[in-house]
Amino acid sequence: MNLQLTEDGRLRHFLTIEGLDRPLLTRILDTAESFVGVGERAVKKVPLLRGKTIANLFFEPSTRTRSTFELAAKRLSADLLNLSVSASATKKGESLMDTLRNLEAMQCEMFVVRHEASGAAHYIASHVAPHVSVINAGDGRHAHPTQAMLDMFTIRRHKERFEHLKVAIVGDLMHSRVARSQIHALSILGVPEIRVVAPRTLIPPFIENMGVHVYTRLNRGLKDVDVVIMLRLQHERMDSGLLPSEHEYFRYYGLTEERLAVAHENVIVMHPGPMNRGVEIDSDVADGPHSVILQQVTYGIAIRMAVMSMCLGNPPAVEGGEG
Amino acid sequence: MGTRIRGGWVVDPANGIDEQLDIYVEDGLIVGLGPGPANFEVEREYHVDGNVVCPGLIELRASLREPGQEHKATIASESRAAVRGGITTLCCTPDTDPVIDTPAVVELIHQRAAAVACARVEVQGALTQRLEGSRLSEMGALRDAGCIGVSNAYRVMENTEVVRRAMEYAATFGLTVLLFPEDPWLAQDHAAHEGAVGTRLGLPGLAETAETITLARDLLLVEASGVRAHICGLSTARGVEMVAQARARGLPVTADVALPNLFLTEMDVTDFNSACRVRPPLRTQRDREALRQGVREGTIATLCSAHQPHEPDAKQAPFTEAAPGISGLETLLVLTLRLVDEGLLTLQQAISRVTYEPARVFGLEAGTLSPGRPADICVFDPERHWTLTRERLWSEGRNTPFIGWEFKGEVTHTFVGGRLVYHLEEA
Repeated sequence: MNLQLTEDGRLRHFLTIEGLDRPLLTRILDTAESFVGVGERAVKKVPLLRGKTIANLFFEPSTRTRSTFELAAKRLSADLLNLSVSASATKKGESLMDTLRNLEAMQCEMFVVRHEASGAAHYIASHVAPHVSVINAGDGRHAHPTQAMLDMFTIRRHKERFEHLKVAIVGDLMHSRVARSQIHALSILGVPEIRVVAPRTLIPPFIENMGVHVYTRLNRGLKDVDVVIMLRLQHERMDSGLLPSEHEYFRYYGLTEERLAVAHENVIVMHPGPMNRGVEIDSDVADGPHSVILQQVTYGIAIRMAVMSMCLGNPPAVEGGEG
Repeated sequence: MGTRIRGGWVVDPANGIDEQLDIYVEDGLIVGLGPGPANFEVEREYHVDGNVVCPGLIELRASLREPGQEHKATIASESRAAVRGGITTLCCTPDTDPVIDTPAVVELIHQRAAAVACARVEVQGALTQRLEGSRLSEMGALRDAGCIGVSNAYRVMENTEVVRRAMEYAATFGLTVLLFPEDPWLAQDHAAHEGAVGTRLGLPGLAETAETITLARDLLLVEASGVRAHICGLSTARGVEMVAQARARGLPVTADVALPNLFLTEMDVTDFNSACRVRPPLRTQRDREALRQGVREGTIATLCSAHQPHEPDAKQAPFTEAAPGISGLETLLVLTLRLVDEGLLTLQQAISRVTYEPARVFGLEAGTLSPGRPADICVFDPERHWTLTRERLWSEGRNTPFIGWEFKGEVTHTFVGGRLVYHLEEA
């Protein structure tokens, strides 16, 4: 049984990409497509979730993801409650369950959850009241499914089809929930060649079981790829003995124009943000002609609108097939 | 005047007994098997035809939580749960609060256990003061207070010099040292096996080397010190191999495995089931098979539940934040019997691994039905089926992944020192 789906196969929670099928992912992309225009209108609102209350429940600090969920909720006309729990409740010893019960008592219909523990969103989804939907906005190293879907959306907008693509994900795969969700999404959508590129200390063991090819050299990993996804490198990795220095990381794994030259001529470069310029990516590439990084942010709102409206059972009517 | 346990099928591995016999008990001791002593006056009689009669089980490693963590469990609650599961001796680990590093705490535990008058409670003393791994505990005094062995519980000692000296000092007093092989650095913040499942779920992984590195260190120091050692909770195929080699070299080493590691694997963690969060972690199918082979061949001569009762809140959390451990007293016997059903062990061997063999680890008198020994006896109906539910548990800790499992074999009578301490009502 899939915790995320209703009995008739609709989305109830959105916790992970794993276990979902291609038609459902395509429907999310198509639904998002219908929302892209909303942000460009003078009145940036549709009434699909009027009267619904959504709680942003962030146990870990976040600016970007939280604000795009916030905008998405507002553009769907939902009421929104922003809660940063890390500093307050859990520090005082209030359990996660107590926090949830309190929010349920405030009659929220949806929790958007970010938490530092892998599996936290699953845990919450399996303990909420039946009328509550949970969207995973990032749990530990496990999953960040809306980020992955906005990346798929960005890829589809530029490449149209997934079936012939070579995609390289470069950087700290060990700690990346984004990468795990991207790998699932890419393979479900039919990408035939997914590569991961990083030094051995940042590649989790047995990742090839997820259907990826492992590269430790950037120039080989980037050869002929259509899409490059760069991952953020956290400063803590130097302290925990995984890397010697940011300088050395950039020297061997930083993305520069020169390195990008081995990729396909129409390659697009993505990054989930926030970027460390000069660590994993050179400014020339980040701001260059291949970069689609800012579009990712815009599409992030549309994807989150799509997932929210689908989970709460009121998506806009979308025509079938490729949007 | 005494008690006769009549008509049962007696399995006593220490004496090679496997037949239908009556057992005679007087003044708390077993006085005879079979025809019984001359002039024996039967005061009480228990008819147990069709049931198996074996030595009471010995749980090698039980965290009893008292003193200090009574919100998780108490000596009273766990002693009752024990006898319900056919266990007559609980060997409690020193990770209480305060730690069992002074005779006063040993005495306190003995007193509490005596007041409950249910299962026997034997005490493992701390190997280092407050389990901090820096200063040796007063092992002489602990032994004289009745400690059966010394252990640092789940707190691994980082300082090799301290480990070495602790072993030598324990050897001085003839104490068995219990060792939990987990490298504290490789295990830091890690919650699941480092493998395909952990990677997919984004659970920080505990490598096989976290076990084998510490195991290698400890086995070398055991060899150098000559101390009698017991390795707690093997979880890897490689670990089993290393213990087998050490034993083949003649080292005085025994080992156990926690029963859940023989039935579950990393796959059981797939849905972030916090009931499956254990130390050491559930590993691969291959490891599980190697552990089972080790049990069959006798490299792992003892089975235990590694009982760790928790209050519900400790497990009501995302996987990585849930407290590790399984409440296992009430599944010790039935999981062991399942190994017989699955053809891994004979009934004799299986019973031996939870009675006679654990007794030998500590040199306890228990674990056999020899005349002259305390009458600690477990009687169970080998054909009775039952399903484990949360409500059915007597332990204060309801934290077990075996909820919903159907088991075969149920304890009908438990005797401690000849006294009936548990009796299945509807039997």
